[in-house]
Amino acid sequence: MQGDVQLMFDLKDLYQEVIVDHNRSPRNFGKLDHPDRVAEGFNPLCGDKLNLYLKLEDDRISDIHFDGSGCAISVASASLMTEALKGKTLAEAEAAFGQFHNLLTEDKPLDDEEVSKLGKLAALLGVRAYPTRIKCATLCWHTLHSAIEGDKAPVTTE
Amino acid sequence: MSQQIAENLANGRTPFAIDTIRSDFPVLAREVRGKPLAYLDNAATTQKPLPVIEAIDTYYREYNSNIHRGVHTLSERATAAYENARTTVRRFINAGNDKEIIFVRGATEGINLIAQSYGRANLQAGDEIIISEMEHHSNIVPWQMLCQQTGAVLKVIPIDENGDLILSEYEKLLGPKTRIVSIVHISNALGTINPVRQVIERAHEYNAVVVVDGAQATPHAAVDVQALDCDFYVFSGHKLFGPTGIGVLYGKQDLLESMPPYQGGGDMIKVVTLEKTEYNELPHKFEAGTPHIAGVIGLGKAVEYIQAVGLEAIVAYEHELLDYASLAVLEVPGLNLIGTAVQKTSILSFTLDTIHPHDIGTILDNDGIAIRAGHHCAMPVMQHFRVPATARASLAFYNTRTEIDRLVKSLHKCREMFS
Repeated sequence: MQGDVQLMFDLKDLYQEVIVDHNRSPRNFGKLDHPDRVAEGFNPLCGDKLNLYLKLEDDRISDIHFDGSGCAISVASASLMTEALKGKTLAEAEAAFGQFHNLLTEDKPLDDEEVSKLGKLAALLGVRAYPTRIKCATLCWHTLHSAIEGDKAPVTTE
Repeated sequence: MSQQIAENLANGRTPFAIDTIRSDFPVLAREVRGKPLAYLDNAATTQKPLPVIEAIDTYYREYNSNIHRGVHTLSERATAAYENARTTVRRFINAGNDKEIIFVRGATEGINLIAQSYGRANLQAGDEIIISEMEHHSNIVPWQMLCQQTGAVLKVIPIDENGDLILSEYEKLLGPKTRIVSIVHISNALGTINPVRQVIERAHEYNAVVVVDGAQATPHAAVDVQALDCDFYVFSGHKLFGPTGIGVLYGKQDLLESMPPYQGGGDMIKVVTLEKTEYNELPHKFEAGTPHIAGVIGLGKAVEYIQAVGLEAIVAYEHELLDYASLAVLEVPGLNLIGTAVQKTSILSFTLDTIHPHDIGTILDNDGIAIRAGHHCAMPVMQHFRVPATARASLAFYNTRTEIDRLVKSLHKCREMFS
């Protein structure tokens, strides 16, 4: 995790290597056959579109994929999210969303301990300096929430 | 072009004192993210020169009061300033008389007023309205609403791969059922300057009225509504170096006389009893309620400012700057210009490799450069060119070649970051 810690001290730079890498080669990209949960997210401002597919074993996420199109921040965020959530329970996933969302939107200095809990997702904390881009980073998480809740209507960030 | 302007341009000089002009716009002196601001988002809104800012300030400090009703000194002065601005605007677009200048909130409200007042009074089921594929949403949605209300049908002039109207298709759309043609003068997404004179002439042969959306045209071209012979012309103050929340609807007097009021309230009446109301004369019939007095005064001052710089000099300078910028950005590998009409002005809409325009916008912002990224309120244009969004740099007469060079440098940086 040494590399991640290094990244956290360089938040001024929004497009860190991990973001660029996950945008160029998104992980867990593409449809899942016979998903247990699906949800659709849409950011009308940017035109970002995202579909999320979950496979569950009891309440544990055994597999999670996404597809769609969007800016580097939204694609990288979705890719990083799928990596972070595989194997987690739905309750753990919701908790991670809350933690991530708070760190992005709270108007207070970052707490090192909380940031370290984020692991690779900390690469996205650079959006704190670009308030209009926070929606790009959180679109996939709002879509996840909708998938967990079983909402039928597409999620929008507006 | 005057000889002096031509000489200056030939010698690589601007037709006016660019440094003095820039110092008139306080915001241009600020830094963004530690870099000097390069403001290239003028199609979204323009910056305001000191005379505009000071005129608004002076109104609120020295003679704030309501207009057209007080007999006291402040009200008389405010009324005079408000009505003088109307005359300034009337001369600016060469309308025949002040009654034809209606102050509204902006181009959007102007089009809505025409659709709801003229449109609802005159259109029936089966009548046809013609717009184009390059319209801003503000020149699409009000007509769709009118169609729903009246049963009228919306027809659309398509555009070609350069972003020009396909006029032969326009010819096919015109017919005995055409009642309204509403067309943008200069496209905000593509920069295309439309042949509105020709569009108007053809529409009039079918006795249709023509609405021209001049939101992008008034800052970049001399507009003469009598020479155009348009029936209505709308524009916004904030795109013209004036305040937000104020705009202009020009309408031919006989049309405006025949139209019902858009909104009811104070100032638009002569006599009100509880049974009925006699409406006021033009232009007051369409200006219900206390208007945006400070906005009107600021707009009048913005027009005076533009006239002092000289529209002819502005047009010549912007033309030269757009040529420079168009060549400069094409040196960036992977950059694709959207909107390449021969007759165009001030707009550089583009995509860059597969980099999302919002990422471009953020990287440029980090270098102090403000551009717009998105669909520019013209989603049908994006659909036509099969892109979800574009990045758009849009110029004004206070922009410089140095700023264009910075833009190009940052675009190279975008490519490096995402390569």
